[in-house]
Amino acid sequence: MNTVSCTECAAEITLAENTEAGEIIVCPDCGVDLEVTSLTPATIQLAPMEQEDWGE
Amino acid sequence: MQRRLKIGVLYSRVRVEEKWIFAALEKRGIDYDRLDDRAVHFDLENPAPWKQYDAVIERSISYTSGLYALRILNAFGVATVNTAAVAEACGDKLTTSTLLAKAGLPQPRNVVAFTPESALEALEELGYPAVVKPVVGSWGRLLAKINDRDAAEAIFEHKATLGSTQHQVFYVQEFINKPGRDIRAIVIGGRVLTAMYRKSEHWITNTARGGEGELCPITPEIESICLKAAQAMGGGVLAIDLVEHPERGYLINEVNHTMEFHTMQPLSGVDVAGEIVEYVVSVVKK
Repeated sequence: MNTVSCTECAAEITLAENTEAGEIIVCPDCGVDLEVTSLTPATIQLAPMEQEDWGE
Repeated sequence: MQRRLKIGVLYSRVRVEEKWIFAALEKRGIDYDRLDDRAVHFDLENPAPWKQYDAVIERSISYTSGLYALRILNAFGVATVNTAAVAEACGDKLTTSTLLAKAGLPQPRNVVAFTPESALEALEELGYPAVVKPVVGSWGRLLAKINDRDAAEAIFEHKATLGSTQHQVFYVQEFINKPGRDIRAIVIGGRVLTAMYRKSEHWITNTARGGEGELCPITPEIESICLKAAQAMGGGVLAIDLVEHPERGYLINEVNHTMEFHTMQPLSGVDVAGEIVEYVVSVVKK
């Protein structure tokens, strides 16, 4: 089971089984957006801030 | 023996839509690479690394990165979904409006000016309330509903002073008193696959801003206007946003070329990701 520690609040987060590298997860404790940067080993970093030209 | 297809998926984040697209490719046994747009680079003298792909699906969150990547790929002769021309038509709202006007399709009235003074003059001709939109942007960001001249002067001055050069393009749209909802329809390869209402008590009904989705029946009228809008943009994989005017009926508000469908796919039961992949395969076969 992959667990990571929130870079903002240090909460322990268990990654869901179908988590993909590059996916954004939300820390259940502090609500910050985190990007899963790797799965083996599981690593995360703060997700990039929204830019002006982001969207669909 | 026929060579296996090789698809590239250019993305910024693995959102649920990208997960579904990856799964759809895998389900069909299609060989593909995940291309993080923050990690890739292009050597304009060496297209070979990119020419290995029969097609590239562009899912960048950044309009700018996605558009330039598409331009380079299309110049390399690599098929993309969507094409750079379609991205350019949809990603810049003023370009979209211009093409819709050229095609004679119904849309809210738009006026454009390049200085706060001329924008104010144009807005006064259009009438209050009106909506000022950035020409590039999404998720309902930086939209301003202007109810009177005081607000107009303030907004235009702020845009002129604080905004980038792109904000000096004053794109002003008639405010449509819509019935607390708009309609988003997904059009892929000349077919309207599904449509939903986006409901909100706020005048911005985008689901990224909390608007709620509800299935919308595809009437012949909705189908017709969506297909025409898609054709005016150059076709491909598109999401058409419609607003309902109390007298003028359906108006085309926006067209999106890298749409999100996390609300639409589960709501409608339509496998949008699968349809995107099928469309990409059909593009390659052409």
